[in-house]
Amino acid sequence: MSADVFGGLDLQNLASLGQIAVKSSTAVLLAAYGEIVAERAGVLNLGLEGMLLLGALAGFAAGAATGDPLLALGAAACAGALAALLHAFFAVTLGVNQVLSGLALSLLGAGLTGVLGRDLLGAPGLVLGSLPIAALADLPVLGQALFNQPLLTYLALLLAPVLSWAFASTRLGLVVRACGENASAAYASGVPVRLVRFGCTCFGGALAGLGGAFLSLSYTPGWKEGLSAGQGWIAIAMVIFATWRPLRALCGGLLFGALTAAQFSFQTQGAELVPVWGLRAAPYLLTIAVLTLVQASARLRRYSGPPANLGRFFHPEG
Amino acid sequence: MPLRLVLEPRQATAPLRALISLATTLGLAWAFGSLVFALAGADGVSGIGAAWRAMLQGALGSALASCWVALFMAPGLPPRLLLPVALAAGAAGGAAWAFAPALLKARLGVNEILSTLLLNYVAVLFMEHLYYGPWRDPAGLGFPGTAELPEAVWLPTFFETRVHLGLPLAIALAGALWWLLARTRWGFRARVLGLSPKAAAYAGFRSARITVTAMCLSGALAGLAGTGELLGVQHRVQDGLASGLGFAGIVVAFLARLNLLAVPLAALFLGALLVGADQLQTELRLPGTAVLALEGALLFGALLGEFLAANRLRLVRRGRKEPGHVG
Repeated sequence: MSADVFGGLDLQNLASLGQIAVKSSTAVLLAAYGEIVAERAGVLNLGLEGMLLLGALAGFAAGAATGDPLLALGAAACAGALAALLHAFFAVTLGVNQVLSGLALSLLGAGLTGVLGRDLLGAPGLVLGSLPIAALADLPVLGQALFNQPLLTYLALLLAPVLSWAFASTRLGLVVRACGENASAAYASGVPVRLVRFGCTCFGGALAGLGGAFLSLSYTPGWKEGLSAGQGWIAIAMVIFATWRPLRALCGGLLFGALTAAQFSFQTQGAELVPVWGLRAAPYLLTIAVLTLVQASARLRRYSGPPANLGRFFHPEG
Repeated sequence: MPLRLVLEPRQATAPLRALISLATTLGLAWAFGSLVFALAGADGVSGIGAAWRAMLQGALGSALASCWVALFMAPGLPPRLLLPVALAAGAAGGAAWAFAPALLKARLGVNEILSTLLLNYVAVLFMEHLYYGPWRDPAGLGFPGTAELPEAVWLPTFFETRVHLGLPLAIALAGALWWLLARTRWGFRARVLGLSPKAAAYAGFRSARITVTAMCLSGALAGLAGTGELLGVQHRVQDGLASGLGFAGIVVAFLARLNLLAVPLAALFLGALLVGADQLQTELRLPGTAVLALEGALLFGALLGEFLAANRLRLVRRGRKEPGHVG
């Protein structure tokens, strides 16, 4: 009998751990997809961290003011896209150093949200909770992890196959990839390279903004300075780990989520083996470890490198 | 009239370019900064001039930690040696912190921007652990932070201002580094590696070793910067010791166009914008992160300035063919 109880508890634990794992990966996943789209078109955007924060603040503020989930998500996506537009202007139109422009965007996002959000610190706001999908949510273990999640988590899970399919089998996907691989050839065959790059950068920004909104509306509802805690940088590392492929980014994101869930579980069990700060630092250290693994493994690298024209300025007549 | 803007490469002398670049930077930073303050509901224009103070970021934190360790380990040292030992420990801590990402970069090509940025978060967490935990001042009434450091390790200040020994030290180091890069064999090799890794490999330079040495050197300098902030200004490890200084370094390096002799000037310029956050933060109730917004705006301004200095905007009639234009 006791074995039975234990079995039941274990399954329940596993289910809730799985749910936390999938949930924790959402923001990183959305931001990573956004970065993949931008980089596939040839634009390196290191401003993810800033766009996550701007999206989080805009989503929270709009949610608190109107109470309308759609408006909140729309505001977050718009904030992310607008921030990305700034980067696109510098990177695509002016052709300045994309690394510096992205860093500037991250700084600006962190600073602006700190200043603008000071009155919203600790304020109550809209909370977007889980939306269980009727019968499926009752499935053992997987039901909780995959079918009892907030809206944006479903989006994060679904976008991977959709983007993967779009890159591989649609004309738009081909156009985007052409801009990132060989901008001159794309332009010669009639593709408006700079327009595509603007579009992809802004789309990526909108996704990052939604990722931020997930953090401030669903994951840890409420606004706090530096809410994203480096998840933007982790997402950029995830893109390299995923070798610019959405489905692999999904795996990487879920791995990150699993680590986060494991960290919670360690913390609640009061494990004295690893100090708390070490557990909190684990995601960053493991991300570096994963990056190292990718670089060290010839097999992983062989699959695909970065887009050939990534970070390169393209001008039709120059 | 159908007009359109075209760009053409600007034929200008270097000083003129620098001037345009600087003017744009200032202008945009001012505009952005005012916008930030206006949005924040604070007094728009007086904000920027009034002031800021740089604090430090991430990787520097580790240097502080190791510096503090040295203080713990060496209470028996004669007071005269304490300050040099503390500074050396800070530099060594910074170099050690940079060693792992340097090695990963040199051996495996792991992106150093990402690895160091991620390590920043680790350093901040570690520092928080220390000043919330074992190093917390028992007499601090529960306020997180270490006890004030003994005066023997404070950097001496000049003329009753907050200018401390770090300033002449930094200027001297700028000169020394310039000499190292411009006049020594190692510096030559490092510059070749930076300009063309292929040429460096062809010439048989040990690229990995140069990369590691250079990154550790820069880590040591960042460690010194952090130590200077600790020993010269704050005198204790506490929250907010670590925001913005690392990024300020990036902005300064870019403003100085990677010219070491121009670094003190660029730093002075940035410092003028960043000095005195105490007043600003208390008067306008701005959070410490405001300094990041200013730095971001400055960096955007500098990038735009760079662009405008290299290109000229002109209005031309639509339809007229401009030879060699690029817009």
